[in-house]
Amino acid sequence: MTGLLGEMADNLRGFLARLGALTRFFGQVLLISPTAVLRPRLVVEQVYNTGALSLVIIMTCGLFVGMVLGLQGHDLLQRFGSEDALGVGAALSLLKELGPVVTALLFAGRAGTALASELGLMRATDQLSAMEIMAVDPMRRVVVPRFLGGVIAMPLLTAIFIAVALFGVQLVGVQFLGVDQGSFWSQMRGAVELADVNEGLIKGVTFGIACSLIAVFEGYNAEPTAEGVGRATTRTVVISAVVTLVLDYILTALML
Amino acid sequence: MRQSRAIDISTGLFVLLGMTAIVFLVTQITNREFSLRSDSYRLTARFENIGGLKAGAPVSMSGVTIGRVESIGYDMDLYKAVVTLRIDASYDKIPNDSDASIYTAGLLGGQYIGMTPGNSEDVYRDGDTVEFVQDAVVLEKLISKYLFSQAGKDKAAEAPATQE
Repeated sequence: MTGLLGEMADNLRGFLARLGALTRFFGQVLLISPTAVLRPRLVVEQVYNTGALSLVIIMTCGLFVGMVLGLQGHDLLQRFGSEDALGVGAALSLLKELGPVVTALLFAGRAGTALASELGLMRATDQLSAMEIMAVDPMRRVVVPRFLGGVIAMPLLTAIFIAVALFGVQLVGVQFLGVDQGSFWSQMRGAVELADVNEGLIKGVTFGIACSLIAVFEGYNAEPTAEGVGRATTRTVVISAVVTLVLDYILTALML
Repeated sequence: MRQSRAIDISTGLFVLLGMTAIVFLVTQITNREFSLRSDSYRLTARFENIGGLKAGAPVSMSGVTIGRVESIGYDMDLYKAVVTLRIDASYDKIPNDSDASIYTAGLLGGQYIGMTPGNSEDVYRDGDTVEFVQDAVVLEKLISKYLFSQAGKDKAAEAPATQE
Protein backbone atom coordinates (compact mmCIF):
# COMPACT_ATOMS: atom_id res chain seq x y z
CA MET A 1 0.00 0.00 0.00
CA THR A 2 2.73 2.42 1.00
CA GLY A 3 4.62 1.28 -2.09
CA LEU A 4 1.72 2.31 -4.31
CA LEU A 5 1.36 5.68 -2.59
CA GLY A 6 5.08 6.25 -2.84
CA GLU A 7 4.99 5.47 -6.54
CA MET A 8 2.11 7.88 -7.07
CA ALA A 9 3.98 10.59 -5.17
CA ASP A 10 7.02 9.90 -7.33
CA ASN A 11 4.94 10.15 -10.48
CA LEU A 12 3.42 13.42 -9.32
CA ARG A 13 6.85 14.80 -8.51
CA GLY A 14 8.11 13.71 -11.92
CA PHE A 15 5.12 15.36 -13.64
CA LEU A 16 5.60 18.61 -11.72
CA ALA A 17 9.32 18.66 -12.48
CA ARG A 18 8.58 18.09 -16.16
CA LEU A 19 5.94 20.86 -16.19
CA GLY A 20 8.33 23.25 -14.46
CA ALA A 21 11.12 22.43 -16.92
CA LEU A 22 8.72 22.96 -19.84
CA THR A 23 7.66 26.36 -18.49
CA ARG A 24 11.27 27.43 -18.00
CA PHE A 25 12.10 26.19 -21.49
CA PHE A 26 9.16 28.17 -22.91
CA GLY A 27 10.43 31.30 -21.15
CA GLN A 28 13.91 30.80 -22.62
CA VAL A 29 12.52 30.26 -26.10
CA LEU A 30 10.35 33.39 -25.85
CA LEU A 31 13.32 35.45 -24.63
CA ILE A 32 15.50 34.35 -27.53
CA SER A 33 12.73 34.50 -30.16
CA PRO A 34 13.10 38.23 -31.03
CA THR A 35 16.75 37.67 -31.99
CA ALA A 36 15.60 35.26 -34.72
CA VAL A 37 14.90 38.23 -37.02
CA LEU A 38 18.68 38.57 -37.33
CA ARG A 39 18.83 35.16 -39.03
CA PRO A 40 15.54 34.90 -40.97
CA ARG A 41 16.99 32.18 -43.24
CA LEU A 42 16.92 29.64 -40.43
CA VAL A 43 13.24 30.35 -39.75
CA VAL A 44 12.31 30.23 -43.44
CA GLU A 45 13.95 26.80 -43.72
CA GLN A 46 11.86 25.59 -40.80
CA VAL A 47 8.65 27.02 -42.24
CA TYR A 48 9.50 24.90 -45.26
CA ASN A 49 10.19 21.82 -43.13
CA THR A 50 7.11 22.04 -40.93
CA GLY A 51 4.70 23.81 -43.26
CA ALA A 52 5.38 23.19 -46.91
CA LEU A 53 6.24 19.53 -46.33
CA SER A 54 3.01 18.99 -44.34
CA LEU A 55 0.93 20.48 -47.11
CA VAL A 56 0.12 17.25 -48.94
CA ILE A 57 -1.13 15.38 -45.88
CA ILE A 58 -3.08 18.44 -44.67
CA MET A 59 -4.81 18.91 -48.01
CA THR A 60 -5.60 15.22 -48.48
CA CYS A 61 -7.04 14.89 -44.99
CA GLY A 62 -8.89 18.20 -45.35
CA LEU A 63 -10.57 17.01 -48.53
CA PHE A 64 -11.74 13.77 -46.94
CA VAL A 65 -12.85 15.40 -43.68
CA GLY A 66 -14.88 17.83 -45.78
CA MET A 67 -16.40 15.07 -47.89
CA VAL A 68 -17.40 13.05 -44.83
CA LEU A 69 -18.87 16.18 -43.29
CA GLY A 70 -20.85 16.70 -46.48
CA LEU A 71 -22.27 13.16 -46.37
CA GLN A 72 -23.01 13.10 -42.66
CA GLY A 73 -24.30 16.67 -42.56
CA HIS A 74 -26.58 16.04 -45.51
CA ASP A 75 -27.96 12.85 -43.97
CA LEU A 76 -28.59 14.59 -40.64
CA LEU A 77 -30.13 17.76 -42.07
CA GLN A 78 -32.28 15.83 -44.53
CA ARG A 79 -34.17 14.34 -41.59
CA PHE A 80 -35.24 17.88 -40.67
CA GLY A 81 -35.81 18.90 -44.28
CA SER A 82 -33.21 21.63 -44.16
CA GLU A 83 -30.37 20.42 -46.40
CA ASP A 84 -29.79 24.02 -47.40
CA ALA A 85 -28.26 24.66 -44.00
CA LEU A 86 -25.42 22.25 -44.89
CA GLY A 87 -23.15 25.15 -45.83
CA VAL A 88 -23.65 26.95 -42.52
CA GLY A 89 -23.22 23.84 -40.40
CA ALA A 90 -20.14 22.65 -42.23
CA ALA A 91 -18.49 26.07 -42.34
CA LEU A 92 -19.05 26.76 -38.64
CA SER A 93 -17.96 23.32 -37.44
CA LEU A 94 -14.86 23.47 -39.66
CA LEU A 95 -13.88 27.00 -38.67
CA LYS A 96 -14.46 26.63 -34.97
CA GLU A 97 -13.51 23.02 -34.20
CA LEU A 98 -12.57 20.53 -36.85
CA GLY A 99 -10.15 22.73 -38.78
CA PRO A 100 -7.83 23.80 -35.97
CA VAL A 101 -8.03 20.54 -33.99
CA VAL A 102 -7.52 18.07 -36.84
CA THR A 103 -4.77 20.26 -38.30
CA ALA A 104 -3.02 20.35 -34.92
CA LEU A 105 -3.25 16.56 -34.55
CA LEU A 106 -1.89 16.04 -38.08
CA PHE A 107 0.75 18.69 -37.44
CA ALA A 108 1.88 16.90 -34.28
CA GLY A 109 2.03 13.63 -36.20
CA ARG A 110 3.82 14.97 -39.28
CA ALA A 111 5.93 17.95 -38.19
CA GLY A 112 6.10 17.48 -34.40
CA THR A 113 7.60 14.00 -34.64
CA ALA A 114 10.07 15.15 -37.29
CA LEU A 115 11.23 18.00 -35.02
CA ALA A 116 11.46 15.81 -31.92
CA SER A 117 13.36 12.98 -33.56
CA GLU A 118 15.71 15.37 -35.35
CA LEU A 119 16.56 17.22 -32.14
CA GLY A 120 16.72 13.97 -30.17
CA LEU A 121 19.15 12.49 -32.67
CA MET A 122 21.25 15.66 -32.53
CA ARG A 123 21.33 15.21 -28.77
CA ALA A 124 22.16 11.48 -29.02
CA THR A 125 24.98 12.05 -31.50
CA ASP A 126 26.41 14.93 -29.43
CA GLN A 127 25.82 17.49 -32.18
CA LEU A 128 24.30 19.86 -29.65
CA SER A 129 27.34 19.54 -27.36
CA ALA A 130 29.60 20.10 -30.36
CA MET A 131 27.79 23.35 -31.07
CA GLU A 132 28.23 24.45 -27.50
CA ILE A 133 31.96 23.74 -27.75
CA MET A 134 32.10 25.95 -30.86
CA ALA A 135 30.39 28.69 -28.81
CA VAL A 136 27.20 28.38 -30.89
CA ASP A 137 24.12 28.48 -28.70
CA PRO A 138 21.98 25.50 -29.81
CA MET A 139 18.89 27.20 -28.41
CA ARG A 140 19.44 30.15 -30.74
CA ARG A 141 20.68 28.19 -33.72
CA VAL A 142 18.51 25.06 -33.61
CA VAL A 143 15.59 25.22 -31.18
CA VAL A 144 14.12 28.71 -31.65
CA PRO A 145 14.01 28.67 -35.49
CA ARG A 146 12.20 25.32 -35.36
CA PHE A 147 9.74 26.62 -32.80
CA LEU A 148 9.03 29.82 -34.76
CA GLY A 149 8.73 27.92 -38.04
CA GLY A 150 6.02 25.75 -36.48
CA VAL A 151 4.20 28.75 -35.00
CA ILE A 152 4.15 30.51 -38.38
CA ALA A 153 3.15 27.41 -40.33
CA MET A 154 0.25 26.23 -38.13
CA PRO A 155 -2.31 29.03 -38.75
CA LEU A 156 -1.56 28.90 -42.48
CA LEU A 157 -2.03 25.12 -42.50
CA THR A 158 -5.28 25.56 -40.57
CA ALA A 159 -6.63 28.05 -43.11
CA ILE A 160 -5.64 25.77 -46.02
CA PHE A 161 -7.23 22.78 -44.28
CA ILE A 162 -10.53 24.63 -43.78
CA ALA A 163 -10.60 25.97 -47.34
CA VAL A 164 -9.91 22.53 -48.83
CA ALA A 165 -12.44 20.89 -46.51
CA LEU A 166 -15.11 23.40 -47.57
CA PHE A 167 -14.36 22.45 -51.15
CA GLY A 168 -14.91 18.82 -50.11
CA VAL A 169 -18.23 19.65 -48.47
CA GLN A 170 -19.29 21.55 -51.55
CA LEU A 171 -18.18 18.66 -53.79
CA VAL A 172 -20.28 16.06 -51.97
CA GLY A 173 -23.17 18.27 -50.90
CA VAL A 174 -23.74 20.33 -54.02
CA GLN A 175 -22.26 18.24 -56.84
CA PHE A 176 -23.22 14.72 -55.70
CA LEU A 177 -26.20 15.10 -53.38
CA GLY A 178 -27.86 18.02 -55.10
CA VAL A 179 -28.05 20.69 -52.40
CA ASP A 180 -28.87 23.98 -54.08
CA GLN A 181 -25.62 25.82 -54.76
CA GLY A 182 -27.11 29.27 -54.28
CA SER A 183 -28.61 28.66 -50.87
CA PHE A 184 -25.54 26.66 -49.81
CA TRP A 185 -23.28 29.68 -50.25
CA SER A 186 -25.72 32.47 -49.41
CA GLN A 187 -26.85 30.90 -46.13
CA MET A 188 -23.20 30.32 -45.25
CA ARG A 189 -22.35 33.93 -45.96
CA GLY A 190 -25.37 35.11 -44.03
CA ALA A 191 -24.56 33.17 -40.87
CA VAL A 192 -20.75 33.10 -40.62
CA GLU A 193 -19.28 36.12 -38.87
CA LEU A 194 -15.75 37.43 -39.05
CA ALA A 195 -15.40 36.48 -35.37
CA ASP A 196 -15.79 32.81 -36.32
CA VAL A 197 -12.86 33.02 -38.72
CA ASN A 198 -10.83 34.78 -36.02
CA GLU A 199 -11.68 32.05 -33.54
CA GLY A 200 -10.31 29.43 -35.93
CA LEU A 201 -7.11 31.37 -36.56
CA ILE A 202 -6.55 32.11 -32.85
CA LYS A 203 -6.93 28.42 -32.15
CA GLY A 204 -4.53 27.65 -34.98
CA VAL A 205 -1.86 29.95 -33.53
CA THR A 206 -2.33 28.63 -29.99
CA PHE A 207 -2.14 24.98 -31.06
CA GLY A 208 0.88 25.87 -33.18
CA ILE A 209 2.66 27.31 -30.16
CA ALA A 210 1.72 24.34 -27.97
CA CYS A 211 2.61 21.58 -30.46
CA SER A 212 5.88 23.18 -31.60
CA LEU A 213 6.95 23.86 -28.02
CA ILE A 214 6.25 20.29 -26.93
CA ALA A 215 8.08 18.88 -29.94
CA VAL A 216 11.27 20.92 -29.48
CA PHE A 217 11.18 20.44 -25.69
CA GLU A 218 10.86 16.67 -25.90
CA GLY A 219 13.51 16.45 -28.62
CA TYR A 220 15.95 18.78 -26.91
CA ASN A 221 15.65 16.99 -23.59
CA ALA A 222 15.56 13.46 -25.02
CA GLU A 223 17.70 10.79 -23.41
CA PRO A 224 20.77 10.44 -25.64
CA THR A 225 20.04 6.83 -26.60
CA ALA A 226 18.19 5.20 -29.48
CA GLU A 227 15.41 4.28 -27.07
CA GLY A 228 15.32 7.80 -25.65
CA VAL A 229 14.81 9.34 -29.10
CA GLY A 230 11.97 6.91 -29.81
CA ARG A 231 10.34 7.70 -26.48
CA ALA A 232 10.66 11.45 -27.07
CA THR A 233 8.90 11.07 -30.43
CA THR A 234 6.06 9.06 -28.91
CA ARG A 235 5.67 11.49 -26.05
CA THR A 236 5.52 14.39 -28.49
CA VAL A 237 2.50 12.94 -30.28
CA VAL A 238 0.70 11.84 -27.12
CA ILE A 239 1.26 15.04 -25.14
CA SER A 240 0.53 17.28 -28.14
CA ALA A 241 -2.78 15.51 -28.77
CA VAL A 242 -3.89 15.75 -25.13
CA VAL A 243 -2.77 19.37 -24.74
CA THR A 244 -4.47 20.33 -28.01
CA LEU A 245 -7.81 18.90 -26.91
CA VAL A 246 -7.60 20.42 -23.41
CA LEU A 247 -6.62 23.83 -24.83
CA ASP A 248 -9.45 23.51 -27.33
CA TYR A 249 -11.97 23.18 -24.52
CA ILE A 250 -10.51 26.15 -22.64
CA LEU A 251 -10.38 28.36 -25.74
CA THR A 252 -13.91 27.42 -26.78
CA ALA A 253 -15.23 28.21 -23.31
CA LEU A 254 -13.44 31.56 -23.38
CA MET A 255 -14.56 32.62 -26.84
CA LEU A 256 -18.08 31.26 -27.08
CA MET B 1 22.70 27.72 -53.36
CA ARG B 2 20.38 26.05 -55.83
CA GLN B 3 18.92 23.93 -53.03
CA SER B 4 18.20 26.94 -50.78
CA ARG B 5 16.53 28.73 -53.69
CA ALA B 6 14.20 25.79 -54.19
CA ILE B 7 13.37 25.89 -50.47
CA ASP B 8 12.66 29.61 -50.71
CA ILE B 9 10.32 29.12 -53.63
CA SER B 10 8.36 26.31 -51.98
CA THR B 11 8.15 28.26 -48.73
CA GLY B 12 6.93 31.29 -50.63
CA LEU B 13 4.33 29.20 -52.40
CA PHE B 14 3.19 27.69 -49.10
CA VAL B 15 2.86 31.09 -47.42
CA LEU B 16 1.03 32.47 -50.45
CA LEU B 17 -1.36 29.52 -50.42
CA GLY B 18 -2.00 30.02 -46.70
CA MET B 19 -2.69 33.73 -47.15
CA THR B 20 -5.00 33.00 -50.06
CA ALA B 21 -6.90 30.54 -47.89
CA ILE B 22 -7.29 33.16 -45.13
CA VAL B 23 -8.48 35.79 -47.61
CA PHE B 24 -10.89 33.23 -49.09
CA LEU B 25 -12.29 32.42 -45.64
CA VAL B 26 -12.71 36.08 -44.70
CA THR B 27 -14.24 37.33 -47.93
CA GLN B 28 -16.10 34.36 -49.37
CA ILE B 29 -17.79 32.63 -46.48
CA THR B 30 -18.50 35.52 -44.12
CA ASN B 31 -21.08 38.22 -44.68
CA ARG B 32 -18.35 40.80 -45.00
CA GLU B 33 -17.90 42.36 -48.40
CA PHE B 34 -14.72 44.11 -49.28
CA SER B 35 -15.60 45.69 -52.57
CA LEU B 36 -13.25 48.28 -53.96
CA ARG B 37 -16.20 50.23 -55.27
CA SER B 38 -17.93 51.12 -52.03
CA ASP B 39 -20.32 53.67 -53.49
CA SER B 40 -23.52 53.50 -51.55
CA TYR B 41 -26.11 55.64 -49.84
CA ARG B 42 -27.84 55.28 -46.50
CA LEU B 43 -31.49 55.08 -45.54
CA THR B 44 -32.96 54.80 -42.08
CA ALA B 45 -36.10 52.96 -41.09
CA ARG B 46 -37.78 52.82 -37.69
CA PHE B 47 -39.47 49.61 -36.59
CA GLU B 48 -41.55 48.73 -33.54
CA ASN B 49 -40.01 45.28 -33.52
CA ILE B 50 -37.13 43.97 -35.59
CA GLY B 51 -37.29 40.38 -34.37
CA GLY B 52 -33.95 38.68 -34.99
CA LEU B 53 -32.62 41.10 -37.60
CA LYS B 54 -28.85 41.54 -37.41
CA ALA B 55 -26.33 43.96 -38.86
CA GLY B 56 -25.11 42.57 -42.18
CA ALA B 57 -28.49 41.12 -43.14
CA PRO B 58 -29.38 41.62 -46.79
CA VAL B 59 -31.79 44.27 -48.07
CA SER B 60 -33.57 42.91 -51.11
CA MET B 61 -36.01 44.07 -53.72
CA SER B 62 -37.94 41.39 -55.60
CA GLY B 63 -35.41 38.97 -54.14
CA VAL B 64 -32.36 40.77 -55.50
CA THR B 65 -29.91 41.93 -52.85
CA ILE B 66 -29.51 45.69 -53.25
CA GLY B 67 -27.78 46.46 -49.96
CA ARG B 68 -27.16 45.45 -46.38
CA VAL B 69 -28.23 46.42 -42.88
CA GLU B 70 -25.38 48.58 -41.68
CA SER B 71 -26.28 49.13 -38.05
CA ILE B 72 -29.13 48.75 -35.61
CA GLY B 73 -29.78 51.22 -32.81
CA TYR B 74 -32.58 52.23 -30.48
CA ASP B 75 -34.31 55.58 -30.49
CA MET B 76 -35.03 56.56 -26.89
CA ASP B 77 -37.43 59.36 -27.88
CA LEU B 78 -39.69 57.32 -30.14
CA TYR B 79 -39.04 53.97 -28.41
CA LYS B 80 -38.38 52.31 -31.72
CA ALA B 81 -35.54 50.38 -33.27
CA VAL B 82 -33.56 52.43 -35.78
CA VAL B 83 -32.15 50.41 -38.66
CA THR B 84 -29.61 51.97 -41.01
CA LEU B 85 -29.60 50.47 -44.49
CA ARG B 86 -26.68 50.82 -46.87
CA ILE B 87 -27.96 50.60 -50.43
CA ASP B 88 -25.62 50.10 -53.38
CA ALA B 89 -25.31 53.31 -55.40
CA SER B 90 -26.24 51.56 -58.64
CA TYR B 91 -29.81 51.17 -57.31
CA ASP B 92 -30.52 54.90 -57.31
CA LYS B 93 -34.06 54.98 -58.67
CA ILE B 94 -36.06 53.66 -55.73
CA PRO B 95 -39.27 55.72 -55.35
CA ASN B 96 -39.30 57.55 -52.02
CA ASP B 97 -42.59 56.02 -50.92
CA SER B 98 -41.27 52.46 -51.17
CA ASP B 99 -41.84 50.40 -48.06
CA ALA B 100 -39.52 48.20 -46.02
CA SER B 101 -40.64 45.00 -44.28
CA ILE B 102 -38.78 42.45 -42.21
CA TYR B 103 -39.16 38.91 -43.52
CA THR B 104 -37.72 35.55 -42.59
CA ALA B 105 -35.92 33.51 -45.25
CA GLY B 106 -37.45 30.04 -44.96
CA LEU B 107 -38.36 28.41 -41.69
CA LEU B 108 -34.86 28.34 -40.26
CA GLY B 109 -33.27 31.11 -42.28
CA GLY B 110 -32.09 34.48 -41.09
CA GLN B 111 -34.17 37.63 -41.29
CA TYR B 112 -33.81 40.19 -44.06
CA ILE B 113 -35.40 43.42 -45.19
CA GLY B 114 -37.57 43.32 -48.29
CA MET B 115 -38.44 46.56 -50.07
CA THR B 116 -41.39 47.03 -52.40
CA PRO B 117 -41.28 49.98 -54.82
CA GLY B 118 -43.93 52.66 -54.49
CA ASN B 119 -45.38 55.03 -57.08
CA SER B 120 -43.75 58.32 -56.22
CA GLU B 121 -41.94 60.37 -58.86
CA ASP B 122 -39.18 61.29 -56.42
CA VAL B 123 -36.46 58.84 -55.45
CA TYR B 124 -34.66 58.06 -52.19
CA ARG B 125 -31.49 60.01 -51.51
CA ASP B 126 -28.72 59.62 -48.94
CA GLY B 127 -30.03 60.14 -45.41
CA ASP B 128 -33.73 59.69 -46.22
CA THR B 129 -36.08 57.88 -43.87
CA VAL B 130 -38.33 55.04 -44.98
CA GLU B 131 -41.82 56.04 -43.83
CA PHE B 132 -43.77 52.88 -44.56
CA VAL B 133 -42.47 49.94 -42.59
CA GLN B 134 -43.77 46.57 -41.48
CA ASP B 135 -42.40 44.90 -38.36
CA ALA B 136 -41.01 41.44 -38.03
CA VAL B 137 -43.58 38.75 -37.40
CA VAL B 138 -43.00 37.22 -33.98
CA LEU B 139 -44.10 33.61 -34.10
CA GLU B 140 -45.04 33.45 -30.42
CA LYS B 141 -47.40 36.42 -30.81
CA LEU B 142 -49.09 34.78 -33.78
CA ILE B 143 -49.51 31.52 -31.89
CA SER B 144 -50.90 33.21 -28.79
CA LYS B 145 -53.32 35.25 -30.92
CA TYR B 146 -54.52 32.06 -32.61
CA LEU B 147 -54.86 30.21 -29.31
CA PHE B 148 -56.82 33.02 -27.65
CA SER B 149 -59.15 33.36 -30.60
CA GLN B 150 -59.73 29.59 -30.51
CA ALA B 151 -60.49 29.76 -26.77
CA GLY B 152 -62.96 32.61 -27.41
CA LYS B 153 -64.72 30.56 -30.09
CA ASP B 154 -65.02 27.55 -27.79
CA LYS B 155 -66.62 29.66 -25.11
CA ALA B 156 -69.01 31.23 -27.60
CA ALA B 157 -69.96 27.75 -28.80
CA GLU B 158 -70.42 26.49 -25.26
CA ALA B 159 -72.59 29.39 -24.07
CA PRO B 160 -75.75 28.57 -26.08
CA ALA B 161 -75.32 24.86 -25.26
CA THR B 162 -75.52 25.52 -21.54
CA GLN B 163 -78.68 27.59 -21.97
CA GLU B 164 -80.61 24.77 -23.53
